[in-house]
Amino acid sequence: MDWLTTVDHKKIGILYLIAGGFFFLVGGLEAILIRIQLWKPQNDFVGADTYNELLTMHGTTMIFLAAMPVIFALMNAVIPLQIGARDVAFPFVNSLGFWTFLFGGILLNVSWIVGDVPDAGWTAYAPLAGSTYSNDHGMDYYVLGLQIAGIGTLIGGINFLVTIINMRAPGMTFMRMPMFTWSAFITSALILFAFPALTVGLAALMFDRLFEANFFDPSAGGNAVLWEHIFWIFGHPEVYILILPAFGIISEVISTFSRKRLFGYSSMVFATILIGFLGFMVWAHHMFTTGLGPVANALFSIATMLIAVPTGIKIFNWLFTMWGGSISFKSPNLFAVGFIPTFVMGGVTGVMLAAAPADFQYHDSYFVVAHFHYVIVGGLVLGLFSGVHYWWPKMFGRILNEGLAQLTFWTFFIGFHLTFFVQHFLGLMGMPRRIWQYLDGLGFNEMNLISTIGALLMGLGTIIFLINVVVTSVKPKNAPADPWEDGRTLEWTIPSPPPEYNFAQTPLVRGYDAYWKEKQDGHSGMTPAEPLGPIHMPSPSILPFFMGLGFFIAGFGFMYAPDWGHFLGTDLTVGHAIGIVGLLMVLICMLLRSVIDDHGFHIEEDEIKRDLGGKA
Amino acid sequence: MSAHTHVEGHLPHEPEKATLEGRNKILGFWLFLGGETVLFGTLFAAFLALRHQVLDGPAPNELFDLKLVAYATAILLTSSLTSVFAIQAMHQHKVKSLINWLIITVVLGAGFLALEIYEFVHYLHLGHGFTTSAFSSSFYTLVGFHGAHVLFGILWITLLIIQLAKKGLTVVTAPKVYVAGMYWHFIDVVWVFIFTVVYLMGKVV
Repeated sequence: MDWLTTVDHKKIGILYLIAGGFFFLVGGLEAILIRIQLWKPQNDFVGADTYNELLTMHGTTMIFLAAMPVIFALMNAVIPLQIGARDVAFPFVNSLGFWTFLFGGILLNVSWIVGDVPDAGWTAYAPLAGSTYSNDHGMDYYVLGLQIAGIGTLIGGINFLVTIINMRAPGMTFMRMPMFTWSAFITSALILFAFPALTVGLAALMFDRLFEANFFDPSAGGNAVLWEHIFWIFGHPEVYILILPAFGIISEVISTFSRKRLFGYSSMVFATILIGFLGFMVWAHHMFTTGLGPVANALFSIATMLIAVPTGIKIFNWLFTMWGGSISFKSPNLFAVGFIPTFVMGGVTGVMLAAAPADFQYHDSYFVVAHFHYVIVGGLVLGLFSGVHYWWPKMFGRILNEGLAQLTFWTFFIGFHLTFFVQHFLGLMGMPRRIWQYLDGLGFNEMNLISTIGALLMGLGTIIFLINVVVTSVKPKNAPADPWEDGRTLEWTIPSPPPEYNFAQTPLVRGYDAYWKEKQDGHSGMTPAEPLGPIHMPSPSILPFFMGLGFFIAGFGFMYAPDWGHFLGTDLTVGHAIGIVGLLMVLICMLLRSVIDDHGFHIEEDEIKRDLGGKA
Repeated sequence: MSAHTHVEGHLPHEPEKATLEGRNKILGFWLFLGGETVLFGTLFAAFLALRHQVLDGPAPNELFDLKLVAYATAILLTSSLTSVFAIQAMHQHKVKSLINWLIITVVLGAGFLALEIYEFVHYLHLGHGFTTSAFSSSFYTLVGFHGAHVLFGILWITLLIIQLAKKGLTVVTAPKVYVAGMYWHFIDVVWVFIFTVVYLMGKVV
């Protein structure tokens, strides 16, 4: 019950981690089924239809329900601590964001249970995703599930922007903010400006499917390429929404485990902003073969290649940070160091794909599959593993078993390269993506087999990580405040896990790497910026849970509106009635939230002193 | 979190910015409006891409009645002005005048909405249904999204009026009023673009 009503950002972070981790397993299982299907030529392990469904759900789940929530988990767990804040700006909204994400994700996966699964690819290209070609409820689940989950992402992004702008501790100027906070800041800005485009795209597709609108139906004057533009003006920034937090994590981890200040901090900040900006300028590189013409292709080609410049700055800065440092290869750093060459490889194939004429050759081949998995798995997932291992003690008060963590890294890392490295060559040899079978004798057999073995190895690595989580959770909570002993930022100055109010006294920040600076000056902790006093906290609330549930019911009802009989003899169907009940539930919760004043509660001074006495 | 630093019973000149919660709310709402801008921008883009695809349905220049739309525009722009008066009354701590200006704003908003509903019904009789053509789908989606925003604003401000009547002007209610005012202006700005891009351009081209 406590977990259903919590508005504490640390607990919401844990909820995001559990839910995102669960969907990561679902998406991973789908991936393994895909790879088993492709392990030999003309395999019929799953049918063609099931293969399309697996492919669609794997992509959708991994991007929206696994990667983004785990990023949000770390942002929730860490950002307020890194900037010296007691809380996020909108604790209620934060909780609402989690519940809409979760119910949207559940709605999407209900499709597996009812047997109408989305099958038009994660990009849902029109007119394939329209009612003519996808005439069961599969794509309805996609449209409504993502719409509901998207609400959560958008309000989460706004919450972090306001938190970072308005709630930094005294002395924490923008140019003293830790890199992870910076990357979360830019990521949140990208979410704010990218997700509403997806909202419109999904709404238009929903109108096409449920109410016979004509946005993307060429026979009624609609335009299928319009969908591609709308999808990618969201979808390309989305790539940077995913990768920038990983950059932030890598910057923190490499600096900590090299015992050195991050090399070129201000150029890192500048590069992050520039990547965020350019992320919006390049969407049409997904559409080189659509027929936009040579001028558009040339411009988008050049803009895309430009992104390599700030990214290169980042790569070199990480290398220079390690240069001459006293590097310790504990598990978080192992993932971070493994990230660098892997991500560089993904970047290089990105530049290859950015050359429009060459892209006509690579287009829709396994080369593309290899490229984006190098970026998203080799980049983001390694980054997330690094971050999860790094901040685990702060989140749960227990250090993950180092031996198992190293084993996770090596199985996952080797499995990853086995899976995707060979796919470059499969693509260059002409194996198309999105096919469920290939013929014998084309020279694809061995590399597909290797790829499947690699995928199983990655699955093994994930299982080892889960074992590690179980093994660690039976240990007592005894992680020290600064478990890596070289903590540089504010989160390492408070106990692990932190008390509800984070900081007994707001710290005074005197420089970049605030805690490290105090250590260098011979101080044992931060200088407080305020006297000890009672702390005001927001009250927990069940409303966000019911709002998420309301959206779920509404989505489910409207989806089946055409199928079910009339409601008590009116023009409305039972589906409509259910949908309206769901929406009313949301509106009533909004009304209650607005009318009932949340006075919150105070944590009294002696309670804080008791906490301090216990830990000090 | 600093609600208690403020002395009870004494309201500052700008009560909406007196607490950190209030300042957070206002900044968060500015950002939200940034997202709304992208939302409407995408709707406009879709409309512009599809506005010549009228098929067998009526074309925009046969359809639009500029006089009706001009009345609607005048009403909505006036409501933006009255919402400014409401915020001014709030800064002078005149709760009664604040409530009255908000009521006028809501009434004007409802008048706009009534004209829009009449307009849609009228178009429907002219054979311009939601499913008629790509032009009609994108028209009703863009203008309808705006109408839905107006409706939401009317409900929201009505609720605020009730709250103000019950709880008075405090550092809790003031940011809510201010934010609702920002929302109302935003709706107006969007309408100005709709008037230009949808109606005027529809008449000309």
